[in-house]
Amino acid sequence: MNERTTTPVRDTSELNQLEERVRRLRTDFPILAREVRPGVPLVYLDTAATSLKPVRVIEALAEHYRQRSANVHRGIYAIAEEATAAYEAAREKVARFINARTPEEVVFTRGTTESINLVALSWGRANLRAGDEVIVSELEHHANLVPWQQICRQTGATLRHLRLTEDGELDLDHFRQLLSERTKMVAVSGGSNVLGTIPPLHEIVRLAHEAGALVLVDGAQSVPHRGCDVQALGCDFLAFSGHKMCGPEGIGVLYGRRELLEAMPPLYTGGEMVKKVSLTEARWNDVPWKFEAGTPPVAMAVALGTAIDYLSEIGFSFIEAHEAAITRYAYERLQEVPGLRIWGPPADRRGAVVSFSIDGLHPHDVAQFVDRFGVAVRAGHHCAQPLHELLGLRATTRASFYFYNLAEEVDRLVEALQETVRKLVRRL
Amino acid sequence: MSGFDDEIYRDELLDHYYSSPRRGRLEQPDVAFEDENPLCGDRVRVEVKLANGTIEDIRFDGDGCVISQASASLLCEKAVGKRVEEVNRWGVKEVLQFLGIQLTPVRLRCALLPLKVLQVALAIPEKKGWSSAESPRSDSDEPRCAH
Repeated sequence: MNERTTTPVRDTSELNQLEERVRRLRTDFPILAREVRPGVPLVYLDTAATSLKPVRVIEALAEHYRQRSANVHRGIYAIAEEATAAYEAAREKVARFINARTPEEVVFTRGTTESINLVALSWGRANLRAGDEVIVSELEHHANLVPWQQICRQTGATLRHLRLTEDGELDLDHFRQLLSERTKMVAVSGGSNVLGTIPPLHEIVRLAHEAGALVLVDGAQSVPHRGCDVQALGCDFLAFSGHKMCGPEGIGVLYGRRELLEAMPPLYTGGEMVKKVSLTEARWNDVPWKFEAGTPPVAMAVALGTAIDYLSEIGFSFIEAHEAAITRYAYERLQEVPGLRIWGPPADRRGAVVSFSIDGLHPHDVAQFVDRFGVAVRAGHHCAQPLHELLGLRATTRASFYFYNLAEEVDRLVEALQETVRKLVRRL
Repeated sequence: MSGFDDEIYRDELLDHYYSSPRRGRLEQPDVAFEDENPLCGDRVRVEVKLANGTIEDIRFDGDGCVISQASASLLCEKAVGKRVEEVNRWGVKEVLQFLGIQLTPVRLRCALLPLKVLQVALAIPEKKGWSSAESPRSDSDEPRCAH
């Protein structure tokens, strides 16, 4: 895999213009006002793990419990009806946000992991047979790899791995070779949480559909940053999480084309997901409720709706423009740190994620040392062990950005890293 | 600036990290074990030479963060010459004493890996009923880290 060592030519005028708005948006996030330790403000560069929450989302959660703490779809009293309406209104918001044909194509789950497991276990068990093939790429998060390993093992289907190019992008020539009439499912990330790679989803969907395969997009790292129009993209399933897009944890989405969802058996059974139950059998509810057994996370769904409103007001054109600018800035400035290597595609072809290693330093020590400057970065394999093996690394340090990050926070990271190298690296 | 981290990265521990006299392999260890902390990728191997229930010689090898490698180095220094029963009684308290620092729960896992590896290694002859003198090198039957 290529490492990047080009000399930077920095033009920050575009970033400076965008930052006027970033500074206003930052006041929406109470946590940005706190200090990590006395005199040390928080520099949060770990949005790829989870995003910060704006006050509006925090209040939406509290407001739900203050005003409408009732179970949904059952009570016939006022607050239960309000809770049900709020829950289903959140589903409609999600449907509009991803341009689903109907709200019934939106299943609420606990998060991306559960959404992908739902498809692997329900669709997979019903449709995969020995001889069938599922394709995943080499850069997948464990959440879009392990469920497919498991269901292939159970059904006798074969899991194939789509190779990466030297730049850490998906090798589409290899994809064409892998595709055949045996391919039943292509499960691919909308954005790498390690390399920042942005796979060409439109091309992948087109090629997969030509081969007669379905496509599941793991949108955990793409939906919060670029959104997704499921009709324009034409994907069959889309999974994403609330907590990486300003919403709370414990709520996620599985979008599925209606006819696919209708043909799938439920994964969990019990209350809520049934129409009629006798002592010996049960008839399933309609989609999407067929997949929502038990009391759903109502407040979290409502707060996810609030997060979607918030993101929509900011607008993805701003979010994308700012992320491109700050990622480019970080990509360039990081190369001032001695011995630092950035992994993955060049700055103009990646999402707001920069993973790097520093010669002679373990990522854990890097992350711990920069924490003294209030800088929060992630160290580890970021739930993508096969990808790190491919890179020949045990772990990397990762900085990731969102619309609330400032160039001066990148500066703080770079200064902290320079100090880390000065203090810890001994030339042997 | 937090004194806490300065302690972690003080020179003494960096010495253990960069140039431990205990880093390396033994010619003919009686027991050896290797494991890793899959979350952060720390890897530690410990090789031990035993004599009448006492740790006669000990080396470690591996790669990882300062905490895991310095902890391995200090553990080897402290364990040499000690009875196996005594080393088997060591736990969090002793490891933190050797390091001379306090650690958060996540970093504690790094610090404890070497002791865990050593104690598994020391359990090998007992489990198999070998006397310490005749226990074979255990590369072949090392359990792989299952995570």
